[in-house]
Amino acid sequence: MTTVPRADRPGLYYPKLSTTWWLRHPRYFAFMLRELSSVFVAIFLVVLLVEIHQLSRGPQAYAAFLEMLRSPGWIVFHVVALAFALYHSVTWLTLAGVVQVVRLGEYQVPPKLIAAGAFVAWGVASLVVLLFFLLRG
Amino acid sequence: MTTGRTIEPFWWALFAAGGMVAALLVPVHLFLHGLAVPLGWISLSHSRMLALVAQPLIKVYLFVLIALPLYHWAHRFRFILEDIGLHGLRTPIAVLFYGAAVVGTAATLWVLWRI
Repeated sequence: MTTVPRADRPGLYYPKLSTTWWLRHPRYFAFMLRELSSVFVAIFLVVLLVEIHQLSRGPQAYAAFLEMLRSPGWIVFHVVALAFALYHSVTWLTLAGVVQVVRLGEYQVPPKLIAAGAFVAWGVASLVVLLFFLLRG
Repeated sequence: MTTGRTIEPFWWALFAAGGMVAALLVPVHLFLHGLAVPLGWISLSHSRMLALVAQPLIKVYLFVLIALPLYHWAHRFRFILEDIGLHGLRTPIAVLFYGAAVVGTAATLWVLWRI
């Protein structure tokens, strides 16, 4: 591994990696997929914002937007985006147990227990949103 | 390692908050708005949806749901580009993506404000 000086901070060095380093090992690839999940989440949220905007423009505009979302291309996008979003949730909440250290006196709550709590919170939050949408929507 | 004060922790805090919002809330909304409603599994009238979205608390919720994960995206996408070798463009990349997240935040405020 070669190192080169960083232009913006002379004196600091960073490893120079090839552009395709993340294709060399399944773990690196999984890391890249995890990072890439944020792109799909962001696109979905922009689409959601446009949907809210169309909602405010009136029934016709809203119906036309839903019609667009019914097209195969958008359905495929949302299926793929959902897979990425779930991957983000699983990796993020698993790491929550490692990042968030909880101590009770001398006792440190095991990271697995914290992660389990985070997964329960995810399930509860999803259920609340779903029920609210079904009952109030 | 950085010396002196930087604005990095500010962006990192937004990244972490956005990552948590995305992890807890985005999958269920993706399922609802991306699949269930378009495919007709759940059908909702325009007027009921509009009445729902017009409530102030729902607006605050939607603002958090939409705006925070944009900073999560900006942070991760910035480092994806650095990780594949665009070190030389560090500052312009950071300005571009955090800037896009700020623009997205403004757009979210604007859309929600007008309803």
